Order: sequence, then structure tokens, then C-alpha cells
Amino acid sequence: MDAAPAVPGTVKEAERVITRVPLVLNRRNFNWPTERISGVVEQPAPRWWWVAFTITSSAATFGLFCIGYLISTGVGTWGNQVPVGWAWDITNFVFWIGIGHAGTLISAILFLLRQKWRTSINRSAEAMTLFAVICAGIFPGIHVGRFWMAWYLAPVPNNWAIWQNFRSPLMWDVFAVSTYFTVSVLFWYTGLVPDLATLRDRATTKIRKFIFGIFALGWRGANRHWRHYEMAYLLLAGLSTPLVLSVHSVVSFDFATSVVPTWHTTIFPPYFVAGAIFGGFAMVLTLLIPARAIFKLYDVITPAHIDKMAKIILLTGSFVAYAYMMEFFVAWYSGNSYERFAFWNRIFGPYWWYWWLGMLFCNCLSPQLFWFRWCRRNILVVFFVSMCVNAGMWFERFIIIAGGLIRDFLPSSWRVYHPTWVDIWTYIGTIGIFTSLFLLFIRFLPMIAMSEIKTAVPEADPHDGATPGIQSVPSGGKERTR
Amino acid sequence: MIKTPYGHKVYAMAAEYQSTAALYEAAKRVRDAGFRRWDVYSPFPIHGMDEAMGLGKSWLSGWVLFGGISGLLTAALVEFGPSWGLYPLDVHGKPWNFWTVPAFFPIMFELTVLFGAFAAFFAWQGMNHLPRWNHPMFNWDRFSRVTNDGFFLAIEARDPRFTENGVRELLEDTGGQHITIVHEE
Repeated sequence: MDAAPAVPGTVKEAERVITRVPLVLNRRNFNWPTERISGVVEQPAPRWWWVAFTITSSAATFGLFCIGYLISTGVGTWGNQVPVGWAWDITNFVFWIGIGHAGTLISAILFLLRQKWRTSINRSAEAMTLFAVICAGIFPGIHVGRFWMAWYLAPVPNNWAIWQNFRSPLMWDVFAVSTYFTVSVLFWYTGLVPDLATLRDRATTKIRKFIFGIFALGWRGANRHWRHYEMAYLLLAGLSTPLVLSVHSVVSFDFATSVVPTWHTTIFPPYFVAGAIFGGFAMVLTLLIPARAIFKLYDVITPAHIDKMAKIILLTGSFVAYAYMMEFFVAWYSGNSYERFAFWNRIFGPYWWYWWLGMLFCNCLSPQLFWFRWCRRNILVVFFVSMCVNAGMWFERFIIIAGGLIRDFLPSSWRVYHPTWVDIWTYIGTIGIFTSLFLLFIRFLPMIAMSEIKTAVPEADPHDGATPGIQSVPSGGKERTR
Repeated sequence: MIKTPYGHKVYAMAAEYQSTAALYEAAKRVRDAGFRRWDVYSPFPIHGMDEAMGLGKSWLSGWVLFGGISGLLTAALVEFGPSWGLYPLDVHGKPWNFWTVPAFFPIMFELTVLFGAFAAFFAWQGMNHLPRWNHPMFNWDRFSRVTNDGFFLAIEARDPRFTENGVRELLEDTGGQHITIVHEE
């Protein structure tokens, strides 16, 4: 008697399991993403945008003032002092460059893995990469002290006709970071061209049509163009994938090839790469969770997208936690007293709370919440964890860099590092530069790849419903195979 | 050169289709009819359209290979030239022998990627004859939907098989709508 109502319920349950959750919700057509995403760019700037931009650009301006003060006065304005030659400057460099890595992972590696959900987030993640690398690039330039000699890094002989040491990790770093930035720009711009053409075709004023017309390069969506374009995009993704792994490996070589205890380890390259993706995904979520709410993009950045990003944070966070444990184990197992002391010092030394709060709580423990589905689906929990990870990854880099230097081999040279206001405000300034650039990006460019998100709509596939079954070979056998 | 009664040069005859599936089927028909100078236009790449149009693999990859190899050779020249020839550096007394050559590899790798990426970027534009200021297809007012939700097929007048009635019939037959002549300028 109560079996009858149970039957439809069961069928429904089965359907729910076997039907894939769509990537674009509410059965939107092709016009919807165009209207919604172009609309953001075409409407006048909302008031919150001006308020936010005023705050971030003020921070950016003060940061630039601090850089000017540093260059005109000298590196003494920073807290750096023997033996701590690298402190907030290089911490910030590694922090920002690491954030960039998530953007490339989303745009390149997930593309190669045919993860279609990336289409909702890749454009803004790639933009985040560019802006983070811009912020990162500032620090190696200004930390050299004599800024006007930064051109010594370029592969040209200096004024004494001396060439660079190409076997130095610092030289590798110059090539890795500049290549990374350049390739990221090319990849990003290639992806933008069809969307710039959309904005050109929708433009209502002559000046908009002219500007977007220039940057759209005359794109007209021809399939003979898409053919080469898709191959170029695939190859750019293929080139970016090893590139992104190499960049943070090279950054880690800056430390790993030295003799400083806690730096001189072979685990650094994979440890740094995992940490970079971990921190970068947290920043992607930090930017997208508010953007999705402000611009009502719930149908393209769905709970399933956030769920997947949370899982990547859990995975890479667990790699990072494993690497931390391995560092301690190897320090103990090596029997090297300097290594053992340095790691003891990490937990109980002057920066003890950075370790307990930053590395242990923020990086190792907080992502473990993502084992639970309700945590991955709860926006507040996801946002809290991503803020923890943002902070934790900065602390991690600081502990590795400054924590390794404050107490080295000679107790007579020990000295604890304290930042000055210039250190702090230069860092806040780069946060201002980063957020200002991101605000400008969402104001003037489509923040979601319209041409790509349309391919995630079921009707984009010509075999969807209209032509069921296996395609017959056309008469005359003219169908060519690849 | 075909001209309209008003003296406009004809670029192509074009039609709009309702869906990717309709465009895909139409492309197969046009391919089988033996046309050479024609194209389909869509807001996004359509899966399987290259086969439906009878196009093979894009050999843009050849340019990228060329770019990558030239990057590798450039890096080898830039590194070994100064380090072994122009100004050998003795840093911390570190050895100079065959086993230290891998220290040159990171920069070789980076420049391989850099030149390969530039090759891909310029090749997709060069092979598509982009950038360009204008194109006859933009003369058709409906065509502005191509970057939004429109699907179009155009057969160029310079195709040897092009006849006004034949092409119109083919486009009508395949379900094309808003069939029109696109002017050259």
C-alpha cells in the first residue's frame, strides 16, 4: 500500500544520479552569456566600483610612493639587515608568483585534461595570473638596492663587458618569470580575441567600435580561422603546462641551491609548485565568490564549480601538509644538527606563532574541512578557508625565507628581523595594485570567456539530439579523417 | 567577377542557420557538392566541423616546432657563447666540465617555450590572414550576430562551381534562412 508512491521517487533518484549536473544552469541559450557578461562591461560603473577602486588605487599609489622612497633613500628603509638579506621583499615575490600559478593551471592544465568547467573561471583566473606576476616582478627589481643597475639581469654584457653567470639560479629566475609573464599574456589575449569581437559587434559608439575593432584583429568567427585558432590554443596550453611547473621550481632553486639550513632541500620544487597552486586557487575563490554575487553569475559559476575548486584546495593542501611533515622527518633523520635546530627553531623560535597559526592552522588544518560536502557547498566556509590559505601561504614563505636566515650557523650573527613601515606599505601597495588592476579588468573586459562558455551549453554540440545515433559516412566517401 | 544589376561586386551568397546541428549538416552537403571557396561562421568552434567541411589537421604545429627549436638554439648560443667564449666566469671556483652543462638547461627550456609561444601566437594570425581592417561579410547586417548566437554559411562567388541559382537552391535545401547576396564593398 505504501509501495506505490515509493516507485516514482526511486526513478527520480536514479535519474538524478545518472544525469550530469549541467555546467550552465537553467537551460540558458547562447544569447544569455553574451548579454549578461557584455552587459557588465557596457553599463556605467556602479557606485561600489568607484568606492572600491578609490580605496585600492590609493593603496597602490602609496605603495608606489614607498618604492620611490626606497629607491631614493636606500635599502636601509627596509628592515633587512645581516644575516636577513631576504625578508618581506622575496616573501612577497614568491607569494605573488605563486598566486599566478592557479590561473595557468586552470587555463592550461585543465584545458588539456578536457575539464569543461574551467570555461567559467579561466578568463578571470588568467587575468589574476597576469596581475599577480606584475606584483611579483616589482620585488626582484627593487630589492637589488641599486635599482638603476637592474639591467645587469638582462643577457647583455655590463659596462665592464662582463657577461652574466648563466649557471646561477637567479639568472634562471629572470628568464623563467619573464617567459611566464609573456606567455601568459599571449595565451590570455588569444583567448580574448573572439570576445573582443563580440564587444566590437555590440558597440554602440564609434569610439568603442574602433577600439574593440583594433584589438579584435578583424575576427569574424570563420571555421577556417577557428581551426588554426584551436590548434594554437591547444599548443599554448601544452607549452604553458610544463612552463608553470618550471617557474615555481626555478623559484625554489633560488633557495634549494644554497647552503642555508631549511633551504637546502631537494623536496623544494614539487613542494613549491603544490603550494603555489594551493594558494592560487584560494585567491581565485577570494576574487570569484564576491564577483559571482555582485554580477549575479550564479548560473555559470555554480556550486559545482566551487565544489571542484575546494577539492583542488584539499588535494594540494594535503600535498603541502605532507611536504611539511617530510621536512621535519628529514631534518630529524639526517642527523644534521643545524637542520634539526633550524626546524626546532621554526616551531619554538621567535616566529613560533607564524608556524602555529600560518602553517599548521591555515595551511594544514583549515583545508581539511573540505572533506565534508556541506563545507564545500557553504559559501561562507569556502570563503573562510580561502582567506586562511591566502594568509597561511604568505606566512609559509616568510617562515621559509626569513625564518631560515635569522639563526644560521654562527650564533654570534643571529638577529631577528622586524619589518619597517616601508616594508609593510610596499606589500599593501602591491595588494592595491593587484586589486586595482582586477577592478579595471572586470570593468573593461569580459570577465568570463563568452565564446568558451557557449561550448558548455548542450546545444553547442551538433550531435546533441538533432542527429541521434552514429553518423553515417556520406555518399561518395568524402569524409576525411584526421 | 559577378555583379548585381546595380553594379555591386558580389563576394558571396550567404545563409543563416538555426542551430549548430543545422549548420553542421549543411556544411556536409556543401562539402559533398564539391565547393572549395566557402566557410561557416559561428560564435564558438563547433565540434566536428573541420571534418564536416573536409578540412584536415591544422599544420600550425609546424610553426610552433620551428619556434621551439629556434628558441632552444638561441638559448644555446646566448649561454655558451659568453660563458665559454666571450667572458668565461669563475664563480666560487665551481667546476667547468661536461657534468655542469645541465646548469644551462633551465634557460634553454624557458626560451624554447617562449619562442614556441610566440610562434603559435603569430602563426594563428598569419595563417588566418589577420589582423585585417574589414571583410565583405561585415557588410551583411545580420552578420553582427556571428559573435553572439548566429550561425552562418557563405559560398564565395569566385568558387568555380558558383552559380546564383544553384547556390541559392543548395542553401534553401539545407535549411538556410535569410539567404542573401553579400557585396564586396
